[in-house]
Amino acid sequence: MNIHGVIAIFNYEMARMKRTLIQSIVAPVVTTSLYFVVFGAAIGSRIQQVEGVSYGAFIVPGLIMLSLLTNSISNASFGIYFPKFSGTVYEMLSAPISAMEVVLGYVGAAAAKSVILAMIILATAGFFIDLEIRHPVLMLIFVFLTATSFSLFGFILGIWADNFEKLSVVPTLLITPLVFLGGSFYSTEMLPPIWQTVALMNPVLYLVSGLRWSFYEISEVNVFVSLSCIGVFTLLCLAVIAIIFRTGYRLRA
Amino acid sequence: MSSSSKNIISIKCLNKVYGSGFEALKSVNLDIHQGEVLALLGPNGAGKTTLISAICGIVRPSSGSITVDGHDIQRYFRVTRSLIGLVPQELTTDSFETVWNTVSFSRGLFGKEPNPNHIERVLRSLSLWDKKDNMLRTLSGGMKRRVLIAKALSHEPRILFLDEPTAGVDVSLRKDMWKIVENLKTQGVTIILTTHYIEEAEEIADRIGVINHGKLILIEEKDALMSKLGKKQLVLELTKRLDTIPSEFESLDLVLSEDQHLLTYTFDSASESHDISEFLIKIQGRNIQYKDLRTTQSSLEEIFVTLVQKAEGDTDEGIKAE
Repeated sequence: MNIHGVIAIFNYEMARMKRTLIQSIVAPVVTTSLYFVVFGAAIGSRIQQVEGVSYGAFIVPGLIMLSLLTNSISNASFGIYFPKFSGTVYEMLSAPISAMEVVLGYVGAAAAKSVILAMIILATAGFFIDLEIRHPVLMLIFVFLTATSFSLFGFILGIWADNFEKLSVVPTLLITPLVFLGGSFYSTEMLPPIWQTVALMNPVLYLVSGLRWSFYEISEVNVFVSLSCIGVFTLLCLAVIAIIFRTGYRLRA
Repeated sequence: MSSSSKNIISIKCLNKVYGSGFEALKSVNLDIHQGEVLALLGPNGAGKTTLISAICGIVRPSSGSITVDGHDIQRYFRVTRSLIGLVPQELTTDSFETVWNTVSFSRGLFGKEPNPNHIERVLRSLSLWDKKDNMLRTLSGGMKRRVLIAKALSHEPRILFLDEPTAGVDVSLRKDMWKIVENLKTQGVTIILTTHYIEEAEEIADRIGVINHGKLILIEEKDALMSKLGKKQLVLELTKRLDTIPSEFESLDLVLSEDQHLLTYTFDSASESHDISEFLIKIQGRNIQYKDLRTTQSSLEEIFVTLVQKAEGDTDEGIKAE
């Protein structure tokens, strides 16, 4: 295994985060704080407890999930798209490094950045509410798996995209609406029955629900169903990436 | 370079057809000797970059085989790619990285453990040491080209591909590059370069390959190529004006200048039929006096143009025949 190659890609990507510290860390912290001020303090003060949890605390897993999904996708997609765009991808293609090692480097760095960010958001939330995490290990598993699977998805997106618009269209027009409609800021029990059924078709609901269970032991669906969903999504992304490298799709002519 | 030299790269019946249907390489066979400098010449779109890209693993061959140091490049890609360094044609750099970081990154990517001493040696040899902390976007085109060479040399390759290394580079920098190539050659690095500058090939190559329309139309030792295909000219500066060329010289390729003071004799240096001393005796026998003489040899550029035109003529003939 080309371990030096994996480390080189990982460090190179993490260095990009350090160079863009304000964009990478300060911006999400400010955004999260605004969510707490608007949803938690302003609106939340008019909402009773949701399933026995204060509204401010209820939205914490949703906010973490929103940040995890969007950042994992954008980090990984930009990480692989930029070398394609600038032409420096020739080096990776001519290096003695396997497809899986390339994925490990790029996706590992993207997931690591997202996990760090999730922890920062969690710490920020601690300034606004009394944090309670009943299953911290499970919470970390959820955070890690979600970051990994959506970084894999972002990697695919970065290979598929041939312009910057395509790079931003999926996170903006698909992921963000799914997170907002996936019970991040409300319980689906608040919806009319027909919309409760429709909500169950939203895959993000399973992620938010699973993460929320690790915090408060409340969920829309069984926690194991949530874990299975992430597992299946991860395997699906890995299969697509394997096909991409085997066929050279948008990488090797 | 003797024919018995070890082949570091061996290419057999290599074909590449792109998705668009364009045939970039057509049955290319090529052996590259260890330690030599091979220059690949050819017009734009001839297939030079595709050939290099196929060897380096960037382009997937449609058929044929490539071995590097005896290893198949697909099956043993880790071994073969670790032996190769590539300097691409385009100035592709990560604008926001420093010289030191980007060169160190390349070393790691090629599976080598960090070695700051080696990186320092490479940067110093390329006059980049004082720029090591500069961001790439602040460097000139020539300096970026040097950075690309440093990246390619960071993992101590035994084979170096230079894809038009001096394109857009000024004369002094070009001569610096030649020195770098010469220096690498003395270290035993095999160098394959593509170039449009015939002068470059003439200056530094041991062998010349000519590619046109995806076919390798010639591969030859440079000196042998020059003597085989090179025309020589003998120019006589006459003491007196010559009205006409005597009829006994009709069979020779003789040209009289407009001012009738220069007589140019063009001959094939490889041909056994010509004899300069005999020609000069005959000239003097006809009482044609000269005060000076000089010889010139056709350049590689002229040879290259002749070869490409001949190849294109053959293709046209083939099309007509069909």
